[in-house]
Amino acid sequence: MAEKPIQGERKAFLTGNEVVAYAAVAGEADIMYGYPITPQNEIMHYWTRMAPKYGKRFLQTEDELSAGFTTLGGVLSGAKAFTATAGPGNTLMQEPMSMAEMMRIPAVFVIQQRGGPSTATVIYSQQEVTMTTYGGNGEGFRVVYSTATHQDLFDYTIKAFNTAWKYRFPTFVLGDGYQAKMRESVTIYDPQARGIELIKPTPYLGKPGSIGKDREVTHMRNTYNTEEELYEVVMSMAKEYDSVAPEIVEFDAREVDDAEIVIVSHGVVSRAALSAMLELRGAGYKVGYFRPVTLRPFPGDQLRKVADNAKRLLVVESALGQFNKLVQTNIYGSAATIDTIFKPGVGVTSEEIVAKIKATL
Amino acid sequence: MSVAPRMPKCWREESKPHKFCPGCGHGLVLKALGEAIDELGIQDKVVFGADIGCSLLAWDFFNCDTVQTHHGRTTPVVTGVKRANPDLVCIAYMGDGGGYAIGSQHLFNAAARNERILAVLVNNTQYGMTGGQMAPTTLPGQKTETSPYGRDIEQAGYPTQGPEAVAAITQDGAYVARGTVANLRQLKGFLKKALENQMAGNGFSFVEALSTCPTNWRTNAAKTWEFVEKEMTKYFKVGEIKAPGQKKEA
Ligand SMILES: Cc1ncc(C[n+]2csc(CCOP(=O)(O)OP(=O)(O)O)c2C)c(N)n1
Ligand code: SF4
Repeated sequence: MAEKPIQGERKAFLTGNEVVAYAAVAGEADIMYGYPITPQNEIMHYWTRMAPKYGKRFLQTEDELSAGFTTLGGVLSGAKAFTATAGPGNTLMQEPMSMAEMMRIPAVFVIQQRGGPSTATVIYSQQEVTMTTYGGNGEGFRVVYSTATHQDLFDYTIKAFNTAWKYRFPTFVLGDGYQAKMRESVTIYDPQARGIELIKPTPYLGKPGSIGKDREVTHMRNTYNTEEELYEVVMSMAKEYDSVAPEIVEFDAREVDDAEIVIVSHGVVSRAALSAMLELRGAGYKVGYFRPVTLRPFPGDQLRKVADNAKRLLVVESALGQFNKLVQTNIYGSAATIDTIFKPGVGVTSEEIVAKIKATL
Repeated sequence: MSVAPRMPKCWREESKPHKFCPGCGHGLVLKALGEAIDELGIQDKVVFGADIGCSLLAWDFFNCDTVQTHHGRTTPVVTGVKRANPDLVCIAYMGDGGGYAIGSQHLFNAAARNERILAVLVNNTQYGMTGGQMAPTTLPGQKTETSPYGRDIEQAGYPTQGPEAVAAITQDGAYVARGTVANLRQLKGFLKKALENQMAGNGFSFVEALSTCPTNWRTNAAKTWEFVEKEMTKYFKVGEIKAPGQKKEA
């Protein structure tokens, strides 16, 4: 059996789905469970080609409910398990995700957003933000990384396993159909060669040893009898989530100090936002750029400071305000005004952003 | 002084007396299952998945590692455990609503893939936990909260023949049986064979147990047993339905 898929590091020219599969292998994922849906299919295709070479496994399930719940089962037995989905599959997978939240099961989910509502398009959107951050009948006790580049896909897929297993919250890599299908250059690497320590998983169920002698029995539940009992559970989870959130939060802020308007965006749209900002700066406009990398937890304090300072934000997204809701909630009380470019299910170019800002400044 | 009946060794004393209603069949099925686990000496290797339904009350029933799941989703959770660690002995425990309605796609696909797990399905002809609604297994003419005039086969079809359906779609290697709480010795035998079948790596194992729900049936002890033994068996045939190599022997 081959030792490692990537020795040291190397440049490659790959699709995003291929990058995710490489990252999952490099990040020492043990097993993938999945159900076909565009635009995530090739994650499974590449994983199933590589997996046997490295002693890894795959199960194609009957639907996304099953893909999600088998993933949880894999984690419970101590495997680094993950799945990938999109759109209507993401909808179905909210049920297992809520169980992962409640039982602190560190499953990793890769979401390649497609158009919605319903079957819509298989192409692209940022319309799964609300669902991925706060879906299911829960309180959003999850970590969501929104990636913008193939390098992000590689880095954050590896990181997602570490975050999940370190904090024991389900963790998401939120990409989209453009990132999934597009080819671009990326540096793929063996994380250990870069000094990234990969957290070893441990089983929840079926630990070695004899019950009552070598180990305690494990009983895991998600059902509670009284309101008070549940309240305790949820509040202690909230407390823990809030206490680790500052360690998890990631964002990228540029040219915000003297900015009169700051473009706020996430994911692939932030690439257009970044080039718009650079172009406008070149032309003498005082424009800044803010990109939350984590949508859960959200870099709220950081963004509020930026908003208070600049007094104007331009929120840009490929959805009808899902990301903007996160922004508004998190800067509540700030006097900043918000302009928007909302293009549900459609890409955004830097030209549009430049034009909008020139028209408003 | 009365002597308490002997508990299976793998039962968890601290959670007894158990949480099921008096006269409920769940406790009996779990007694048979506990004895089978004891006889095979596999307590430390068992992962027990409890569905949502009255099955959820079994979340701390055994001194075996247990996970409570969602309604209908115990089959995939346990499948995921087994796929990642084939050394464990994995049991999915569910009601008839969990297995034949909301989780039927999981049950039948796990069967078709010959997953090396055991699914135990408690057939009490209705939804116990939610207060006695019609289930796929409700008998023709049987009154439930959502079939107050009796199950109308024109509208709701006939009771699901689960083990027969599973037997029809599984490959050789599968073990399928229907037992009853009216014959615990036989039920234990089926469960033990089913566990052995999993441990031998032969294939999917499925045991349906005809069970009682006096609370929602609103029956006394005599009527409860009469319903299981006389009414349910008109539609649900008790016995071994499929065992590895059976065809060749016949
Ligand atoms: C997704 C979902 N739908 C519905 C329910 C409500 N629910 C809880 S238990 C149950 C039925 C249980 O009946 P059955 O599976 O036959 O088990 P029993 O209680 O009879 O043992 C239902 C519908 C739920 N918990 N989750
Ligand atoms: S409601 Fe019925 S199935 Fe549920 S515990 Fe009571 S008797 Fe048993």
